Amino acid sequence: MLRFAPWKIISILAMTFMAFLLVLPSLLPEATRTSIQSHLPHWAPFKPITLGLDLQGGAHVLLEVDTPSVLKTQVENLRDDVRRIMREERVGVSGGIGMSARGVQVRLANPDDMAKVLPKLRALGQPTGNVMLGAAGASSIDVTPGEGGLIQLSVTEAGVQDKVRRAVDQSIEVLRRRIDALGATEPNIQRQGSDRILVQVPGLQDTSRLKELLGSTAKLEFRLVAEPGANPADVENLPQVEGGTLPVEKQVMVQGEDLTDAQPGFDQRTSEPIVNFRFNIRGGQKFADVTTKNVGKPFAIVLDGKVISAPRIISPITGGSGQISGHFTVESANNLAILLRAGALPAKLTIVEERTVGPGLGQDSIDAGKRAAYVGAALVVAYMLVTYGTFGVFANLALAVHILLIFAGMAMIGATLTLPGIAGIVLTIGMAVDANVLIYERIREENHMGRSILSSLDAGFKRAFATIVDSNVTMFVAAAILYFLGAGPVRGFAVSLALGILTSIVTAVTMTRMMIAVWYRYARPTKLPI
Amino acid sequence: MKLLRLTPENTKFPFMRFRRVSYPFSAVMSIISVLLFIFHGMNFGIDFAGGTVLELRAKNGVADVAMLRNLGDNLGLGGVEVQAFGNQSDVTLRFGLQPGGDAAQEAAVQKVRAVVQDGYDIRRTEVVGPRVSGELVQSGTLGVVLSIFAVLAYLWFRFEWQFAVAAVIATMHDLLLTVGFFSLTQLEFNTTSIAAILTIVGYSLNETVVVLDRIREMMRKYKRMPTDQLVDMSINAVLPRTLMTATTVLLALAALVFFGGHVIRSFSLAMTWGVCVAVYSSIFICSPMLIYLGLRTDGRERASTAEQATAEAPEPAR
Repeated sequence: MLRFAPWKIISILAMTFMAFLLVLPSLLPEATRTSIQSHLPHWAPFKPITLGLDLQGGAHVLLEVDTPSVLKTQVENLRDDVRRIMREERVGVSGGIGMSARGVQVRLANPDDMAKVLPKLRALGQPTGNVMLGAAGASSIDVTPGEGGLIQLSVTEAGVQDKVRRAVDQSIEVLRRRIDALGATEPNIQRQGSDRILVQVPGLQDTSRLKELLGSTAKLEFRLVAEPGANPADVENLPQVEGGTLPVEKQVMVQGEDLTDAQPGFDQRTSEPIVNFRFNIRGGQKFADVTTKNVGKPFAIVLDGKVISAPRIISPITGGSGQISGHFTVESANNLAILLRAGALPAKLTIVEERTVGPGLGQDSIDAGKRAAYVGAALVVAYMLVTYGTFGVFANLALAVHILLIFAGMAMIGATLTLPGIAGIVLTIGMAVDANVLIYERIREENHMGRSILSSLDAGFKRAFATIVDSNVTMFVAAAILYFLGAGPVRGFAVSLALGILTSIVTAVTMTRMMIAVWYRYARPTKLPI
Repeated sequence: MKLLRLTPENTKFPFMRFRRVSYPFSAVMSIISVLLFIFHGMNFGIDFAGGTVLELRAKNGVADVAMLRNLGDNLGLGGVEVQAFGNQSDVTLRFGLQPGGDAAQEAAVQKVRAVVQDGYDIRRTEVVGPRVSGELVQSGTLGVVLSIFAVLAYLWFRFEWQFAVAAVIATMHDLLLTVGFFSLTQLEFNTTSIAAILTIVGYSLNETVVVLDRIREMMRKYKRMPTDQLVDMSINAVLPRTLMTATTVLLALAALVFFGGHVIRSFSLAMTWGVCVAVYSSIFICSPMLIYLGLRTDGRERASTAEQATAEAPEPAR
């Protein structure tokens, strides 16, 4: 008990000092911190603990790729491919190409053509799964020939999954470009599960703008407005932004993909906000062709299935650039420019969960958490003092280091401090002294049974240790499960609880023991002070 | 300096005698909890029920609660719950899932936002769609069940099976009573509440393990003592520690309840209740259970404890 190797004392002090250094950046005011940081090499870990979105304010949005719409596009593409193959192979089809939810079916006019088209149709399927890993899975399309020249093609489950996975990847890229344009600091955009994307933007004030940017597919199309008497099969009625609908040709002249740049601006004559855009060479050429052929006719600018405006082509537009006007505000023109620059999303995204906290509420939560932590700590410290006297001082010192170690641990593993996390820390303040209490009570008990002071101290620590381990393992199990199942703030609670359990064993057992050993050597007590 | 003691020295309370009272009492409490859960229900937060919560602060300092209540009818959103807390300016607005899937929720929020944003600062928005809330229910339930099994396994490994079973029964008892507490008080039940429940499970087991640990130790020391006497002696021995720790934890929790703010109040209240129940059950439910489960300190059992003692001899370095 008395022998406490010097290296142990030194390493405990060193650990405490290291912990202090790790926590220091979080304690300094921002100005001091940045000025110190500028004098340090950039690799030095001088960063404050990250605050969760519930404390610093910000937006947490969970988006989901709309699988039915992905499937629908896939089926439509499949129909176009089948039509192209039939045309190329000059194979007659009876009754057109039928579409169902999961695929298309076609009946060959002459069943003998089956052999000719089957290999071509089969080639439409692509291997799914990760090709890099050599795990070429099932084909993305099932081709089933039936009786009398009937062929059924259906998109396989693996094919849909594959497409969804790729849509998620592409969407993340597009969303990143859009959010970067907002000028947000350190947004976090990551895949979650197979079909979801988590977007976290800390410190954002206005979330409605963020959601506008996240929510729109931004598929831009230039199409001709249908003339009266056009074939109804080639025309669809699209809603207009100003209200009403407009008959528009189904064929798309130029698409948003062919844009190279888009910037908000003002119309020189009306000084109305507009969006200026520029086409790439291919788009510019196509646009020039179409406008040359259709002078005098109106064309429609369609965004996500809605007609923004339908200006008349006054003269051929051959410069490869143009402008979109459509009753914009400065902000909506700016948004549209951002969306067009960042590109269209490959699929529709739905917001399935949204949690935003304003900076005001975040600050209130920080204040409340701090107040609770101070009051809780003060109560526990005072209570330990009146109950255990000198030993209470040791326990309280250990408690101080315990709190320091929790924060240091969080800084080290880069954990996020949330409001439930603060609650967890306050809770561990109450529980960390449990180890001390177990030890002290055991020491008292052993002393009452007639042991000498030294022998009671020794027995107290030894016997209580097994209990401390057993009782903390159960708590740790609960915290670990919470960590793996919880999300966001709750996860922050699990982290601080788990760290608190680990550090309390170190501080309450080892540190208290060290202090008591030193105390015993110098005070030479004749009677236990508890 | 005279030090504070919560318990007199060397208590000899006959705790086991109370099992004839505590068991019927707990049985009744558990049944009431189940009945409350079935008939009174829980106040599920949007994490589990889906829906939307907006926290507003009136710009002019006084929230127009009547206007906000009527918002639901005026916008066709169904019932809107308006809750004021503390001062006159802050309210939360809650409305349920809108028919029409995930996109419909977002549309509803936009409508409300448009109406209130002139008069109010929107301090918090939470929208949980129908599918996400379903998944949260799943993972929450899974977490509670998993933790009970994990701990059962650990205790079985460290103690004898009677201890593991007794600990799990006591934990289930605490769980039930906590659920009953949530139902009775109609505190909002959300993901933080799951955190509270898992922490209560952890704390309850922590309490139980401390008592069981001492019982095991006494069993090795007094091999011929009748079980009820032995259990009584063990509980009395750890009683100072039990009360001391419960007090420090309750002090910390009191700070959270009174100063931690409204966002985590339901968590703090539930934890406070759970700690009290856990202390009660570790003494009055778990320990007597050992007698009912036929833990004996003589004969056959002695052989197995001796085995265990030797098996544990090379304990890890301390």
